[in-house]
Amino acid sequence: MKFHGRAYRFGNDVDTDAIIPARYLNMSDPEHLGKHCMEDADPGFASRVRKGDIIVAGKNFGCGSSREHAPIAIKACGVSCVIASSFARIFFRNSFNMGLPIFESDEASAEIKEGDSVEVEASTGVITNLTSGKKYTAKPIPAFMQQLIEDGGLMEHIRKRGGI
Amino acid sequence: MGLTIAEKILAAHTDARGIEPGDIIKVNLDVALSNDITAPIAIREFEAKSAGRLADSDKIVFVLDHFTPNKDIASANQCKMVRDFARKHEVKNFFDGGDAGVEHALLPEKGLVLPGDMIIGADSHTCTYGALGAFATGVGSTDLAAAMLTAQAWMKVPESMKFIFKGDLLPWVGGKDLILYLIGRIGVDGGLYRVLEIEGPAITSLDVSNRLTMSNMAIEAGAKAGIIKADEKTVAYVKQRAKRPYTVYESDADARYESITEFDCANIEPQVAFPHLPENARPVSEAGEVRIDQVVIGSCTNGRIEDLRVAAGILKGQKVARGLRCIVLPATPEVFLQAEAEGLIRTFLESGAIIGPPTCGPCLGGHMGILAKGEKSLATTNRNFVGRMGDPASEVYLSGPAVAAASAVTGKISSPEEVAS
Ligand code: SF4
Repeated sequence: MKFHGRAYRFGNDVDTDAIIPARYLNMSDPEHLGKHCMEDADPGFASRVRKGDIIVAGKNFGCGSSREHAPIAIKACGVSCVIASSFARIFFRNSFNMGLPIFESDEASAEIKEGDSVEVEASTGVITNLTSGKKYTAKPIPAFMQQLIEDGGLMEHIRKRGGI
Repeated sequence: MGLTIAEKILAAHTDARGIEPGDIIKVNLDVALSNDITAPIAIREFEAKSAGRLADSDKIVFVLDHFTPNKDIASANQCKMVRDFARKHEVKNFFDGGDAGVEHALLPEKGLVLPGDMIIGADSHTCTYGALGAFATGVGSTDLAAAMLTAQAWMKVPESMKFIFKGDLLPWVGGKDLILYLIGRIGVDGGLYRVLEIEGPAITSLDVSNRLTMSNMAIEAGAKAGIIKADEKTVAYVKQRAKRPYTVYESDADARYESITEFDCANIEPQVAFPHLPENARPVSEAGEVRIDQVVIGSCTNGRIEDLRVAAGILKGQKVARGLRCIVLPATPEVFLQAEAEGLIRTFLESGAIIGPPTCGPCLGGHMGILAKGEKSLATTNRNFVGRMGDPASEVYLSGPAVAAASAVTGKISSPEEVAS
């Protein structure tokens, strides 16, 4: 599985309220959530982002509440994956459970610039910045977690394959 | 290379071989817990995505504790949904009404969580059971729906951080003070993804109740679990309650730790965490002049019989300060009965305290002790976030039961020394 897109940069401690504000939680329809993705951190984000684009952030991405709407919104607006130096624990779980691939790399998080063209190979965790030519290695996603993402999340995965 | 307790428990619950920190593995669960807030979402997901059979109904535990007795129509509907589901699927570990207590106090007491267990719960304080030498962690509702379907979960193998508490405890210091001190040192993300493994002579000297208090707050340092090795005290505690076998694990001498930190208990006074983060812990002697409107003694952190004994010991023969509400919530029906038998309930009532039923209640700003704008509460609970106990302009301070009871008498945050003789 390969992802390719432009990088959108965010800072440290991006919380779930910045990813999807609580005022939109009255609906859990992905399309509706995707339209408001990152609204409070970058108001134009959802309209500018193109299918495949990649969010690059600092530490503790997704901190705050355990709402599963956050990874749903990111996925629904077209973002293919998120690269950060670290993720808040429950966001990390929820991302895989909702089928959103995420990668941890301190160097990639520090060096990739806004608008860079980035490619990520999910099986090896190799991140290539096509703009600068630099390569980084994130912890690769184990095979069954890749399946989980391909299947569209934990519950779909279980339904298709009869178990975790 | 040796293994930590956490690694040994994970290894015993997975088919994966040679697991390393950072690996993501499938684990077989012993227990999957949820409550009246998180179960309804998981049930909806379960019913939408499955043919509707629980993989193993004996491993599922539902506790209706947050808004019970039903606070309003919305909470009544949520509870009813779980009640109906539990009946339909014959979930025997379903706790409601007079059987219910605060989940993380109830499960150890009932012997439903045991040393060596692999446990998830759709509640962040599921980490409490680490005090029994189990691997227990909080998850989202989808994880719980999946656990209901498969009795499995996926886990990222965490690194462990070791904390050793040395020396003798100062007077009035308990598990709450030690864990607030620890969080104050490493911060609210100091344990992110990691297991806190807590040990040392001071921990050995604590009873099981005080150890449960410590593991309960591991999540307040961002940790995945807070594990304390099971010893003779743990075994004595679980032996009389367990209805299935359990395994005691110890970390190997050459196990890997990301860090090892020692604390000397000679430096650890009773602690108070100031608003609005648990990491804002300071010694009670440095609390200054903080007048309070309410004291809450209860919750999964400090609502057990040992906590009530400490509080009643201070309140005996004393009066709750005029204008202050002191609310005591025994965490489970068994705690309530025992407190009654020991005369503690009488002591609380004579001192002017209010006794409520076993419920989370004010801990999460649910009901039975909500703060008005500008009010301050000192509570034996575990979170002091903005608005946690009521109005966004109210304040919550956290402490153990001794400081809470003493402060109920003086009307301001006080050391137990000021009240007890
Ligand atoms: S007592 Fe408070 S922290 Fe514990 S389970 Fe209830 S709401 Fe959560």
